[in-house]
Amino acid sequence: MVTVDRTRGQRVFRAVNAVILTGVVVVTLYPFINIVARSLSDEFAIRAGKVNLVPVGFTFRTYEFVASDPTFWINYRNTVVYTVVATAIAMVMTTCYAYVLSKKHLKGRTFLIGIAVFTMFFSGGLVPNYILISSLGLKDSIWAIVLPNAVSVFNLLVMKAFFEGMPAELEEAAAIDGMSTYGILLRIVLPLSKAVLATMVLFYAVSFWNSWFAAFLYMSQNDLFPVTVYLRNLIAGATTGTSVGADATDMTVATNIKSVTMVLTVIPILVVYPFLQRYFVKGVMLGAVKG
Amino acid sequence: MSTTRTIDASPDTGDPRRARSDPARKQRPPRRTWRQALRRDWQLYSLAILPLLFFVIFRYLPMLGNVIAFRKFQPGGSVFGEEWVGLRYIKMFLNDPSFWQVFTNTVVIGGLTLLFCFPTPIVLALLINELRGRKVKRFVQSVSYLPHFLSMVVVAGLVMEMLSVDGPVNQLLRAAGNEPIAFMQEAGWFRTIYVSSEMWQTVGWGTIIYLAALTTIDDQLYEAARIDGASRWRQVWHVTLPGIRPTAVTLLILNIGTFMAVGFEKVLLLYNPLTYPTADVISTYLYRMGIVSNSFSYAAAIGLFEAVIGLALVMSANLISRRTVGTSLW
Repeated sequence: MVTVDRTRGQRVFRAVNAVILTGVVVVTLYPFINIVARSLSDEFAIRAGKVNLVPVGFTFRTYEFVASDPTFWINYRNTVVYTVVATAIAMVMTTCYAYVLSKKHLKGRTFLIGIAVFTMFFSGGLVPNYILISSLGLKDSIWAIVLPNAVSVFNLLVMKAFFEGMPAELEEAAAIDGMSTYGILLRIVLPLSKAVLATMVLFYAVSFWNSWFAAFLYMSQNDLFPVTVYLRNLIAGATTGTSVGADATDMTVATNIKSVTMVLTVIPILVVYPFLQRYFVKGVMLGAVKG
Repeated sequence: MSTTRTIDASPDTGDPRRARSDPARKQRPPRRTWRQALRRDWQLYSLAILPLLFFVIFRYLPMLGNVIAFRKFQPGGSVFGEEWVGLRYIKMFLNDPSFWQVFTNTVVIGGLTLLFCFPTPIVLALLINELRGRKVKRFVQSVSYLPHFLSMVVVAGLVMEMLSVDGPVNQLLRAAGNEPIAFMQEAGWFRTIYVSSEMWQTVGWGTIIYLAALTTIDDQLYEAARIDGASRWRQVWHVTLPGIRPTAVTLLILNIGTFMAVGFEKVLLLYNPLTYPTADVISTYLYRMGIVSNSFSYAAAIGLFEAVIGLALVMSANLISRRTVGTSLW
């Protein structure tokens, strides 16, 4: 009697659960599908509010239009360059510091950790940062994006936790053999840390790829913008006061173009997403446990 | 000679800034002077130089740069301002009605975000945890994490397209026989849009930590509860929820700490002069004051105020949770 009741309750619960989670999946994916459909649709169909999940009046015209804009390609290339350079520098800095912090015998370690962690809870704020970057003469250069973000404390703590978990015997043996700290780091520790290094590269690359505000704040020339700022300017152009009374045709063309630009901005993220998937959960958990 | 040693010795009463983070206090190496430490570990210390320079220049200098909140600042002049003006800028924003408007907006948006976006990952994690098929579980997780990896610009773009006059939401409204609504232009809709898009973006990612915490709960506890005749609801209440409580408290502290810094980038991308009355928050206000209108000192004063409140919030949340539930960040 009791068991029957329980299984029935469970069955109802499972059905309700399945419905809720299907809803979550649909709601999460819906905007993506809608954007892809818009990017492939005819502008009149969009304006008429007909485009939903399937492209209406299928056309590649908008893609061709966006691809024919040289600024788009310059900005896209900028994003690639910024991402590669910033990730490389951030990896060197983070690896070095995380390795130092992972050495428990090190005198002053608590202080070195404290310096990093404190910045998670208190920061200088927008205006002093802006003044600093301006007076260092970094405006309108890649360094305004790269340098102020060279270490993410969260990533630092994840790496530190990973290094702490490595067996000390290998390093001790290498040290007895007369290897320097640099040699140990490069030839013993790093080759054993490929998983965490890959995770960190992905974390940094995604965050630099997605970043827009630093470039928006510190860059004033079109040909220096990353693609995210290009997209931001498209979006802002269609939402500021002027567009309220603007010609409807202009607005739909902009909608088309926005959708295409969004798709093209997101595609690289989607390409690395399966790899992200594999590593990031582990990374987040390491950071959560030890951070 | 041994400053760190004394800090290590008093982990609970000391300055929280110092006593915060060392998990390995127990195994202490033998006493060593700085001279010995440097001779032994100079290569390690040398690896820390560049990162330390980074922290000093790009994190701590801007903190000091906040003195311009109390000094007159001239563009092109000294980074730290020209002359002391005392609390002039502080008084200025305390007497500025627009400041209190954006302060209220910040508290309301921050509060709503906390209210909706903190508990939903727990619920979603519990639901995902109940799924039986491994592949289905994996699929739901993969999909729900995806929005976390999008640029804020793309998120803002998606929100605008979804809510545009020809977008899906208005298509639904029209199908139901209603007039389309220009959502992005109406102040009354901004908070709803902000909070729901925040939920869309963060809820899946938020489940990761809870799902991890759920796997650490001992199966024997469930078995014991079942033998005692506990229903599934009671198992959730008495076993599952206590099991993830430390995680939840930690995340709550972190969320409270970022309460005042409500998604600056997102508000900046989504708002416009028509929605300022509900959308404008402290960070966007000081951005417009400081960067757009060049009132650097005034904006720095507001920024300092915001940062101090943030720090005070996270410290008091930490203290309260240590006193009451015994979990804390440091």
